[in-house]
Amino acid sequence: MLGFKIKFEISRRENITHQGEEMVEKPKLKVTLLTGRTIEQGVGKEKGKMSKDYIENVSVCYMDPEDMKKLGIKDKTNILVSTKYGSIVVRALKSKRAPHPGKIFIPYGPWANAVTDPETHGIGMPSLKGIPAEIEPAPNKPVLSLGELLKQQFRKG
Amino acid sequence: MVVVKAVTCPVCGSLCDDIELTIEDNRVIKVKNGCAMCEAKFLGYNGEHRILKPLIRKNGEFVESSMDEAIRKAAEILAEANYPVLYGWSSTSCEAIRVGLELAEEIGGVIDNTATVCHGPSILSIQEVGIPSCTLGQIRHRADLIIYWGSNPWSAHPRHLERYTNFSEGRFQKSAWRGYIAKIRALIGKKKLERAFKRIFFKREISAPPHLRREPPPTLHKEERKLIVIDVRKTKTAEMADYFIQVEPNKDYELLQAFRALVRDQELDVDEVAGVPVEYLEEVADVMVNCNFGALFFGLGLTMSSGKLRNIDAALSLIRDLNARTKFVIMPMRGHFNVTGANTVFTWQTGYPYAVDFSLGYPRYNPGETSVVDVLLRGESDAALVVASDPVANFPRKAVEHLVSNPLIVIDPHMNATAQMADIIFPSAFVGIETSGTAYRMDHVPLPLKKVVEPPNGILSDEEILRRILREVRRIKGEKAG
Repeated sequence: MLGFKIKFEISRRENITHQGEEMVEKPKLKVTLLTGRTIEQGVGKEKGKMSKDYIENVSVCYMDPEDMKKLGIKDKTNILVSTKYGSIVVRALKSKRAPHPGKIFIPYGPWANAVTDPETHGIGMPSLKGIPAEIEPAPNKPVLSLGELLKQQFRKG
Repeated sequence: MVVVKAVTCPVCGSLCDDIELTIEDNRVIKVKNGCAMCEAKFLGYNGEHRILKPLIRKNGEFVESSMDEAIRKAAEILAEANYPVLYGWSSTSCEAIRVGLELAEEIGGVIDNTATVCHGPSILSIQEVGIPSCTLGQIRHRADLIIYWGSNPWSAHPRHLERYTNFSEGRFQKSAWRGYIAKIRALIGKKKLERAFKRIFFKREISAPPHLRREPPPTLHKEERKLIVIDVRKTKTAEMADYFIQVEPNKDYELLQAFRALVRDQELDVDEVAGVPVEYLEEVADVMVNCNFGALFFGLGLTMSSGKLRNIDAALSLIRDLNARTKFVIMPMRGHFNVTGANTVFTWQTGYPYAVDFSLGYPRYNPGETSVVDVLLRGESDAALVVASDPVANFPRKAVEHLVSNPLIVIDPHMNATAQMADIIFPSAFVGIETSGTAYRMDHVPLPLKKVVEPPNGILSDEEILRRILREVRRIKGEKAG
């Protein structure tokens, strides 16, 4: 019984320090979120919006290599993108057309729209580009599948 | 094996009508002339995610149903709804849209097309300022200066450059294709060289050239067709351009107004606008004024970012100013293959191009109030019909939350995020592949869509499904009226 308690205490402490370390380690970066088309997304959507091609090409985020260095992440590491309107885990990819420091790009799709601005300014058009965002590395958090994403956000499907 | 020529491609607003398809055993086996998206559609449309039976959600799970049962259920939902939304319409034929409008009037709903989250602000500005435009054929043959602003045709309209602008062989304008090939080759060579250097002196970074402050090259003053790209990020199109201006995000309005001032020979008393030195802007304004026939294409980079319709106001006004000095036209880069058709049919049937509210018995138009995203954000709708569109993937989360809380009817050939959240799904035939129809190109030229193969057994067109729902709605309402 005592042994168990001690073990429990230790594991709890480890947990705390682990969390504490993570808090210190995790750098955050303020960026501008851009959304738009990529040819891969276009081809994917024509194959089917449930196709692997589509889903793999819209759950990504293109970043400037310098920004990736600042976050201490490598190509294809998961990152957490947060805005005033929500947060989402996507896979960070090195942008082919750098430099564009401070700007990240997510192709149109359910992942991008989890964090876009719904404000229509009285004309019907939400603000889908140029949104202030914050990014941080999330190597241990998975990119949700479409089904999981819909379930998590809308509790249906 | 049959070869069908002059097929219109039902993918983007460029509506290329020179596609050649080889058909064998009721299947498309070869696509000629098409872009990557066109090939993906014609070769892959009948893939694993095709829906082949009407589906109804029962206890949280989809159950196959008969067409009649699904029609009856959908009609019941729509007939009983107080304020239903009918959304989509841009990826179907004008004929289906016409029936959709009839249905919206019958049930007193709000009908809106995808322009509302696309070029809706452009339409609002065109209504205010007017639009000096022309057909794409005129641009192909005559334009000697092409500007793409907030638009990346290489990804969104892959053959736009090749068929209508810089890479097309016009009657009075030569194609700039060879020059660009040489440029791209040089660029690739340079990148390879950089990589090699990196390998030799590893860890020593060779930084890419800064684009933000690159001055206009001498080639910008050449006689031939010129390409200028203005965007917040360096796209593939930007890489091909004679000059690329990288504007800071949400600063397009400032840049447009700066160009207006410069075109009118006014002096700017600042050093830079939107991150671009004024002296470079002066040079570009000079190129604009000195061209014989200029064309500005703008994309969602202007309509979705800060300023929205005011950006378009400024762009249209810039073209108006330029027309005092030379000949200049402007055109929005429409995305879906028939979004222009949706606006056109909406206008000829109701008087308004999108966001039409029939709840008072007559059409009313007030984007910001009657536009679908606003209706959803206010949580007012009590049923939804989505035709050939995927709002769950493309609307901001908050708007989707209300949409999926409504009884949701989806008409779509493919399973997608919206269909997954639906209560009733009708599988439909692909317009332009399995059923014919009419679509409008981005320059408002109507083109016929061909039927090249037979749809799978029991699969109806959007138009036929909507007709049946409309008939059933009228029957239910007739019964109620006694």
